[in-house]
Amino acid sequence: MTATQERPADAVEKEIGRDRRRKEDQRLITGRTRWTDNITLPGMLHLAMVRSPFAHAKIVSIDTSAAKQSTNVVDVLTGADLGESLGVNINAWPITPDQVTPNHSPMPSDRVAFAGEIVAVVVARTAAEARDAAELVDVEYDELPAALDLKRSAADEVLAHPDLGTNKSAYWVFDSGEAGTGGSVEDAIAKARTDGIVLEREYRQQRLIPAFMEPRSTVVDPTGEQITMWSATQIPHILRFALAATTGVPESKIRVIAPDVGGGFGGKLQTTPEEWITWAVARRLGKPAKYTETRSESLMAGHHGRDQWQRLTLAAEKDGTVTGFKVDLLADLGAYVSLVGGGVPVLGAFMFNSIYKFPAYRFAVQTVLTNKTWTDAYRGAGRPEATYAIERMMDELAAEVGVDPLEIREKNWIKHEEFPFTTVAGLEYDSGNYEAATARAKEMLGYDELRAEQRRRRESGDPVQLGIGVSTFTEMCGLAPSRVLGQLDYGAGGWEHASVRMLATGKVEVVTGTSAHGQGHETAFSQIVADRLGVAFEDVEVLHGDTQVAPKGMDTYGSRSLVVGGEAMVRAADKVIEKAKPIAAHLLEASVDDLEFSGGRFSVRGTDQGMAIGEVALATFAAHNLPDGVEASLDSDATFDPVAFNFPHGTHLCAMEVDTETGALKMRKYVCCDDIGNIINPLIVSGQVHGGLVQGIAQALWEEAVYDDSGTLVSGSFVDYLLPTAADTISFEIDHTTSPCTTNTLGTKGVGEAGTIASTPAVVNAVVDAVRHLGINDIQMPCTPERVWRAINGAGAGGSTEGAAMPHFESGGATGNQEQPGTSSTEGAGS
Amino acid sequence: MIPAAFDYVAPASVEDALAALAEHGDDAKIIAGGQSLLPVLRMRLNAPEMIIDLGRIESLRGVRDDGDAIVIGAMTPHAVVGSDPLVAEHASLITKAVEHLADAQIRHRGTFGGALAHADPAGDLGAPALVLGAEFVIQGAGGTRRVAADDFFVDLFETAIGEDEILTEVRIPKHTGWGAHYEKFVRVAHQWPIVAVAATVRVDGGAIAEARVGLTNMGSTPLRARGVEEALVGQPATEDAVRAAAARSTEGTNPPSDLNGDADYRRHLATVVTRRAVLAAAGG
Ligand SMILES: Cc1cc2nc3c(=O)[nH]c(=O)nc-3n(C[C@H](O)[C@H](O)[C@H](O)COP(=O)(O)OP(=O)(O)OC[C@H]3O[C@@H](n4cnc5c(N)ncnc54)[C@H](O)[C@@H]3O)c2cc1C
Repeated sequence: MTATQERPADAVEKEIGRDRRRKEDQRLITGRTRWTDNITLPGMLHLAMVRSPFAHAKIVSIDTSAAKQSTNVVDVLTGADLGESLGVNINAWPITPDQVTPNHSPMPSDRVAFAGEIVAVVVARTAAEARDAAELVDVEYDELPAALDLKRSAADEVLAHPDLGTNKSAYWVFDSGEAGTGGSVEDAIAKARTDGIVLEREYRQQRLIPAFMEPRSTVVDPTGEQITMWSATQIPHILRFALAATTGVPESKIRVIAPDVGGGFGGKLQTTPEEWITWAVARRLGKPAKYTETRSESLMAGHHGRDQWQRLTLAAEKDGTVTGFKVDLLADLGAYVSLVGGGVPVLGAFMFNSIYKFPAYRFAVQTVLTNKTWTDAYRGAGRPEATYAIERMMDELAAEVGVDPLEIREKNWIKHEEFPFTTVAGLEYDSGNYEAATARAKEMLGYDELRAEQRRRRESGDPVQLGIGVSTFTEMCGLAPSRVLGQLDYGAGGWEHASVRMLATGKVEVVTGTSAHGQGHETAFSQIVADRLGVAFEDVEVLHGDTQVAPKGMDTYGSRSLVVGGEAMVRAADKVIEKAKPIAAHLLEASVDDLEFSGGRFSVRGTDQGMAIGEVALATFAAHNLPDGVEASLDSDATFDPVAFNFPHGTHLCAMEVDTETGALKMRKYVCCDDIGNIINPLIVSGQVHGGLVQGIAQALWEEAVYDDSGTLVSGSFVDYLLPTAADTISFEIDHTTSPCTTNTLGTKGVGEAGTIASTPAVVNAVVDAVRHLGINDIQMPCTPERVWRAINGAGAGGSTEGAAMPHFESGGATGNQEQPGTSSTEGAGS
Repeated sequence: MIPAAFDYVAPASVEDALAALAEHGDDAKIIAGGQSLLPVLRMRLNAPEMIIDLGRIESLRGVRDDGDAIVIGAMTPHAVVGSDPLVAEHASLITKAVEHLADAQIRHRGTFGGALAHADPAGDLGAPALVLGAEFVIQGAGGTRRVAADDFFVDLFETAIGEDEILTEVRIPKHTGWGAHYEKFVRVAHQWPIVAVAATVRVDGGAIAEARVGLTNMGSTPLRARGVEEALVGQPATEDAVRAAAARSTEGTNPPSDLNGDADYRRHLATVVTRRAVLAAAGG
C-alpha cells in the first residue's frame, strides 16, 4: 500500500467543504459524452411526430398514404394503428379521491386537446426523411371551442374535455382549524376587519417553460432480453415502473437508461407521449427507434410550469402582527393531469405561511383542465408560488403599517431560539436563523445607504427611481418522507437507495438511485464517500441512471439528491466499515472492540498497528484468510427514508433601478445569504444558487408562455420566449450562514431550488418598491417595461400579454408547407 | 429542425451567381450569412430547391475608401464592419449600430448585405443606412444599377432588389466628424429592438447644424424622422431643445403591436429614445 492511500488521520484534508471542480464537466462541456441523441444502434429507425395545430379538435380523418410513399419511409402509424400497445400516460398523484382525470393516450385517435398533441408518427430510415414525410400526412380536423383562459375555464364556460362535463379536476384544502394545527382563518379575518388590517390581493403566476438545454430524446432497443429505453429524463426508475404499469411488459423485462442528461428543471420529471410512442413503434417493428424533438416541439409540447391565479387574504393586527393567511388558488393543469401535475400546488400548500408565526392558515386549490399544454413541475414546484405570495404580501403589509419591509418580517418570523418550531401548516422546522442571514444580507447590500439613495431620488423626482426588494424565504425540500407522501395520496415513496462496492484494487464504485442531469452528483458524492471511507476523491466512481447498474432509486427532483440520496450513501458507506471491521480485526489479530476507524485506516488502539480499508478490500477479495462465517464481500446497500423535509432559508435583497420614462429596469445589486446547512462543495453550491437566481429573476422579468385566442403558443421560439443570457444579468453576491439540518447525518439542506424560489419576489418587490410612491402596489409578471410604464401611467398592474410574435423570419412566398404547429402566421420563429 | 432537401451551389463570381439565379428562378434562394434564411428553412417556412451561396465570392467582401464615400461589400460580416476603421471614421453610426446587433456568433456569420436585403423592419442596419443616405449597388443580368436608400426599402421584408438580382455593395457617403449614436431599446440583450433610433448630427458652434434621425421598427420599413431633423437644426444640443424636437418622432409612424409592446407604447418609446439618441450623438 502506498503512503497516500494510508493517509494518516491528521494529514487528511477533508473533502467535504472543498471547492472541487466537477469531475463530470470535461466530458459534459466538450460534448464528448453520451447524450441520448448521440446513441446510434444498428438498423435504427427515426421518428418524426405529426402534431395538431389546433388546441381542441375532432380528428376526422388521417391520410397517411402520401407519407408512406415518401423515400425511405418504413411506416406511418396513428393512434388507431397502435391501439392498446401505446399504453397510457399516467398521473401518479391524484390529489383527491374524486379527482377528475382525463384519459391520456400518448396519441389519441379521436380528439386532440392541445396544440402540439401528437396524432401520427412517421418512421423512416433517417431523421430528415421522417421529417419530410411528416409534412405529407394529411389530417382533417373539425375544430372545437377551446378552453383557454384559466378563470373562464374554472367556470366551465367551454369544456376542455366535453365528455367529462367539467374542467374542475380537484379541490384540495388544508385548514389549520380543521387540522388542529392552528386557529380558524375566517375568525382571524373577521376580527381584523373590525380592529386590524385585512389585505386582499390577487397575483398571477404566469405560465413558464422549463427550457432545459438538451431537447428531449428517446431511443428504444427492443432486440434483447430486456427492452432498453434510453431517455433524456430525470426519472429513469419511475419511467421504468410506469412503462411496466401501462404497457403490459414485465418490469423485469425493461431496462431504462438516463445517460448524460442536459438539464431538466422539472421539465424531464415526466413520462411523455414521445417516450411511449417510441416504445410502441420499436416493439411493433422489432427494430431500434429514436425520436429527438426539435426546439419548437420542446417549447410547445414539453410540459409547462406554474400558471396560477392566487387570491390572498392576510389578516394582521394594527401593529403588523400577522393573525391569519388565506390562500385560494386556481391552477392550470393544461389538457391532462400529468405525472405529478395536480400535486404541484399541493407541494406549496405547507409553505405559504413561510417563516412567519401565523396563528391561523387556510389553503385551497382548484386544479383546472384547459386546452393548453399540460403543466407539471418546474424548478421549485409549488414553493416558488408560495414564496412569491407571502413575500409580496409581507411587503404590502409593511407598506400598510408604514414600516420597513424587513421590520415587519422580523416582527413575525420564528426567532432562532424557538427552533425546532411547529408551524401552522403542521411542519416541524428543525433549524434556522433568520436574524443572522438577514443581518449578513443587509451588510452585503449596503441596505441603509441604498435606502438613503432611494429617498434622495424620490425627493428630487429623479426619472430613475430605486427600489429595494426583500425575500426572506424558506422552503421544504428533500422529497420526501414516504409516510407523508402516503398521507398525500402520492403513488410512490420518497426513499433513496445507495450501494458502495469496494473493488480489489482499492477503488470504490458507488451507486446512487438519484439521477443527475447537470447537478454535479458525481463530484459531491465522491467527496462524501472519500471522507467517509478515507479514500482518495479520484478513487471514487459514482454510477447512476441505468436500471441495470442502479436497480433501485427514486431519481432527482425536489432538491432531494444530496439530502436523501447522500444520506443513503453515508449509510451504505458506514455499513462497509462495519463489515470491514471484523475482517481487519482478524487480520490485525486484535479484538474488534480495540479497533478504531479514521482517515481510511483501521488501527488498534494504543498501538501503531493498523491497515487501510483498501487493504481490507484486497484481503476480502482474495478471501484467503477471513474469519469464520464472514462473507467475502464488503459491498453494502442502504435505503434511506427521510423522517422529515428540510428547510433551507435565506435572505435575498435586490436593488433595482426603474427608468420611469420607459419602464425599463436595471438591476443594480443582488445579494443573498442562504442557510443550507453544511456545504459539501461550495463551488457547486454557488453554481446552483447563481443558476437558480437567474431562473427566478427570469420569471419576474422575462419569461412567459403566451397563447393567442385560438390556443396557439405565440412565444414558441427563443426569439419570443425570452430566456436571459449572461449579458442580461449582473454578478450576484452570495454568502451563507450555517444552521445544520438535524435530520440527516451530514447536516445538509437542499439547494437545487432555493435560488429560484427566493428570487422572484425579491425582484418584483424591488420593482414595486421603486414606484410605490407613485401609487403602485403591483405589477404583473413578467414585469415588462411596457407593464411598468403603464402602471406608472395609471393603467394598473398590467393585464395579459397579447399580440403576435415579431415576424423576423418571413416565408418569402415559400413553396408551401403543410400546416404545422409552430409555423402558422401568428407563430414566432425559432432556431 | 431539419430543412427540406435542397441543391446547393457556391459560385466564385457574381456573374456565375446571377446565371444560377436566372436558371432556377423562383426555386432558388441566395444565402449570405444564413442567419435569417436558415431559421426559415429549418422551420420549413420556405423550401427552395436551390440555394446559391455567395460565400466564395471574394469581391463581395470588405470595406474600401472611394473618395467621398466608403463602400461596404455585401458579404462583409457584421463583426468586420463593426471593427473597421474606415467605417468608424466616416460612418460611426454604423459602428454603433453593429455593436448591439444580435450576439457575437451571429455578428460573425451574418452579413451587412444580407441584413439589408432581408429588410426586417426591426433590423438594426436599415435606419443607419437610410439616414446616412446609402446607395445600394444592385447587379443583374443587364448590368449594375444604384438605388438610393429612400427607394430601397419597399415594405416588410421587401426591397428594390429584383428576383434575378444581387446586392453587391453599399456606398455610404462619408459623414466624417459627425457625432453619432444608435440607441436600442430591448428587454434582453440578444433581441431585435422593440424600438431603436439612429441619430447622427453635425454640431457647429454649440448648435446642431445638420441632423439625421432614423427609426427602427416604427413601421414596415426603416423611417426617416424628418420632422425631428427639421426641428433640431439650429437648436442647441440641450435636453429641453432636443426633447421638444423628439416629440415629433412619432409623425408618420405605424409601429407594430406584438409581445414586446403595443403600438402606443412604441410611439411613446420613440420620443424618449430619440431624445436620448440625439443627445448622445451630439455629446460625443
Ligand atoms: C437570434 C438572432 C438574433 C438577431 N438579432 C438581430 C438584431 O438584433 N438586429 C439585427 O439587425 N439583426 C438581427 N439578426 C439578423 C442578422 O442580422 C442576420 O445576419 C441578417 O438579418 C441576415 O444576414 P445574413 O447574412 O445572415 O443573410 P441570410 O440569412 O443569408 O439572407 C437573408 C435574406 O437576404 C437575402 N440575401 C442575402 N444576401 C443577399 C444579397 N447579397 N443580394 C440579394 N439578396 C440577398 C437572402 O436570399 C435571404 O432572403 C438576428 C438573427 C438571429 C438568428
